Amino acid sequence: MTALLEIDGLEVSFPVAQGILRAVRGISLTVDRGETLGVVGESGCGKSLTALAIMGLLPPRANVVTRRFTFDGEDLANADEARMSELRGDRMVMIFQEPMTALNPTLTIGRQLTEVLQRHRNASAKEARARALDLLSRVGISEPAARLAQYPHQLSGGLRQRVMIAMALMCAPKLIVADEPTTALDVTIQAQILNLLCELKAETGTSLVFISHDLGVVSRIADRIVVMYAGEVVETGTRANVLGNPRHPYTRALLECLPRPRSGDRGGHLGAIPGLVPSLVGPVAGCAFRTRCTFATPECAVANLNLVGTKAHASLCRRADELWGALPRG
Amino acid sequence: MTTDTHSSELPKRRARAWQAALKHPGLLFGGLVLVGMLAMGLLAPLIAPFDPYAQDITKRLIDPVWHPGGGWLHPLGTDHLGRDYLSRMIYGVRISLIIGFTTMLISGLIGSSLGLAAGYFGGRVDRAVMFLVTTRLSMPVILIALSAVALIKGSLTVVIAILGLLLWDRFAVVVRAATQQMRSQDYVTAAECLGCSKAYIIAGEILPNVMPQIIVVATLEMAHAILLEAALSFLGLGVQPPTPSWGLMIAEGRGEMLFSPWITAIPGLALLLLVLAINLVGDGLRDVTAQEQRH
Amino acid sequence: MLVFIVRRLLLAVLVLVTVSAISFTLLQVAGDLAQSIAGDSATVADVEAARRAHGLHRPFIVRYVDWLGSALRGDLGLSFFSREPVVKLIVDGVPITATLGFWAIVVAVAIAVPLGILAALRPNSWIDRLALTLAVIGQAMPSFWLALQMIILFGLMLRWLPISGSGTWQHLVMPVMVLALNAVPGIMRLTRAGMIEVLASDYIRTARAKGLSRWTIVRRHAVRNAIIPVISLAAVQLGFLLGGSIIVEAVFALHGVGHLAWISISRSDFPVVQGIVLMFSLIYVFLTLAADLLNAAIDPRIRLT
Repeated sequence: MTALLEIDGLEVSFPVAQGILRAVRGISLTVDRGETLGVVGESGCGKSLTALAIMGLLPPRANVVTRRFTFDGEDLANADEARMSELRGDRMVMIFQEPMTALNPTLTIGRQLTEVLQRHRNASAKEARARALDLLSRVGISEPAARLAQYPHQLSGGLRQRVMIAMALMCAPKLIVADEPTTALDVTIQAQILNLLCELKAETGTSLVFISHDLGVVSRIADRIVVMYAGEVVETGTRANVLGNPRHPYTRALLECLPRPRSGDRGGHLGAIPGLVPSLVGPVAGCAFRTRCTFATPECAVANLNLVGTKAHASLCRRADELWGALPRG
Repeated sequence: MTTDTHSSELPKRRARAWQAALKHPGLLFGGLVLVGMLAMGLLAPLIAPFDPYAQDITKRLIDPVWHPGGGWLHPLGTDHLGRDYLSRMIYGVRISLIIGFTTMLISGLIGSSLGLAAGYFGGRVDRAVMFLVTTRLSMPVILIALSAVALIKGSLTVVIAILGLLLWDRFAVVVRAATQQMRSQDYVTAAECLGCSKAYIIAGEILPNVMPQIIVVATLEMAHAILLEAALSFLGLGVQPPTPSWGLMIAEGRGEMLFSPWITAIPGLALLLLVLAINLVGDGLRDVTAQEQRH
Repeated sequence: MLVFIVRRLLLAVLVLVTVSAISFTLLQVAGDLAQSIAGDSATVADVEAARRAHGLHRPFIVRYVDWLGSALRGDLGLSFFSREPVVKLIVDGVPITATLGFWAIVVAVAIAVPLGILAALRPNSWIDRLALTLAVIGQAMPSFWLALQMIILFGLMLRWLPISGSGTWQHLVMPVMVLALNAVPGIMRLTRAGMIEVLASDYIRTARAKGLSRWTIVRRHAVRNAIIPVISLAAVQLGFLLGGSIIVEAVFALHGVGHLAWISISRSDFPVVQGIVLMFSLIYVFLTLAADLLNAAIDPRIRLT
């Protein structure tokens, strides 16, 4: 079965005062039908830009290059804006981080929901309204009919995010890209939204790309995990493999940072990764993580790195085999 | 992001600001024109070929140099009373600049004080000031100015006084908003905790940071005042003849408009250029200070 | 919502009373009205007679309260000059001034708003630069001078339009254009700035993510949000236009309220001037209230306050 989404060699760069900022430096991703792909990384690693690049939502000054980009069997590497805008909202949708600002304050919830169906399916107002009501109940919003006539500022953050999810589902998409959808919400609401996403995914068989800086959140719902650092994919694989047997120093360090109660560990330190992300203006030689890596050697500064491994588990670290043993081939 | 003036960083920031200023085309052009006009006004007695008040009926309405009948003796021709137009134009810039500057100073003082008080003290003081502003905005400026000037008999001083007392509203609104924003900043709270007097806080901490915005409003109101004076003089209720105010010169040239169109065209163009330059400087300053605040 | 309206109305009344008090005071203390009425060559007896005739000998407060009381009943007194009721004089001039003001704001919005939107959609393009250049020059242009140049060009040289008086719509073209061009720069810049800010907002990104067409995004999502400050400005501009109508009516010899104000001022016809000041303030206060209500209708967040 072919993958739903395949990207190979995606690069995104911006002209800035000091030169060219290469924010995404050649990443490759695959998303299978019906799977949840978790993309993890700290702020500025390029995960949001990757999401926007998939959706074709980057600003014109961004320079986007990709070797391969197929979605649902269609080659989109050279797709124009017209084609992308047909796909957006219909077969691929995006959910953003800030529900407070992501909805238009001067339009009713109902209008913002129905216009999606009217745009992509030429639905009548009645049909669109019926579908909107249906989805609002499915995402767990009470009194959906009343909500349709309300304005965004009358809803809480959690409710707004549910509306965003309902909006995303209007046309029964094949791919949902969620960029930190729970980061701006209270912890209890976070759990509710995560559960909601899981349920909806199970019901509809949609694929989900869940982006977050929080490895803990991602580990709860992802089937496969992609770890990004400084514009590159440093590790990728199934959840069990990446979390249980991390093969990149950055992933290991991230896991150390998660506060986990361990027996006999009272008074232990919370892990932290010393140092800062390197500047991405101009070319970066070798491994971008080496300045903060406890396993770095002089070769790491000049090596030409490639993702080594299988779909089930791969790592960018040139010392992975050496440090944690070679993976079984095949 | 705040533009706190920490003394150690000032020289670097000033240098950066100058660089940004010089790169801004509007600011550069406007600044040069303004400096040129200032020079013209200051050096008027030295560069004007004739006495702007000297009449000579035998030399009425000589064409300017680009017309067949004109010559270089009177490059801009003469008006209906035989006065050299170039000289009147050169002296005219003084009137506009004096009115612009002094009105701007008076209204700036009034408006900024009201704005600082309203923004800093809040509560009843704020409500009172906002009421004053609303009242002032509800008064048609031209009408009030015209009436006042008509009754006191127009002159330079009267025009300046009236306009100064009327054009402070934008100062008050902008300064109030800026002060309110700064009021809640930590460094103000710190100063208050240290027991600094309110006067010191307002003048020493808040005012320097509001200054850039005051300067931007000042340029806009200066331009506003110049245009208003020109309108008042045009209607005969501003500066009185024979003073060479550009607005007055336009009015005086109205009778000859068809056959000597340059008499109304030239002062108008000069006004346009001066006000344009001042506005460009104001806009440019706003752009440059906004950029500074982002760093 | 009702509380909001009632509070604004009370404030409006207070403002009107204050404005009328200020202008009343100004007109009284600025000079001896009796002297102005009687004229420069009047004797002391003439001046005293004028003073008595117009009730100017009474104390200041009495005169003001008297005026205010009458004004509330719709009586603004009699003109010093023609002895006609001030209200009648003003009402006679309203049609022309109202027509000028109305068409001026319509033309101004029709030019400025689309231009501002287009400029915002294509920043740094030729249309953006053109719009900004026009705005900057328009703000610097003395309106009376523009009026004269237009008269020279269209009235005297090309002979397309009549240069003064009223009667046909051709008479109104130049005055309306001069007034409109005064208001265009401010409205255009505000529209442009508002659109640029709105287009960068999160909800526009969401709209793009939904695959809506560019046109739909601009029309349904962006303009609605960007237009809010513009409405307030347009209302304020209309108020200023009325002030500007004094100059325009004077230059084009149109007998509207502005012209009435102008000649009344030159004749020291104080009751008329006071009446016109009240009328202008009334209109301005009403316009700002209307703008606030319109804003509340468009932006549902405002209705809560």
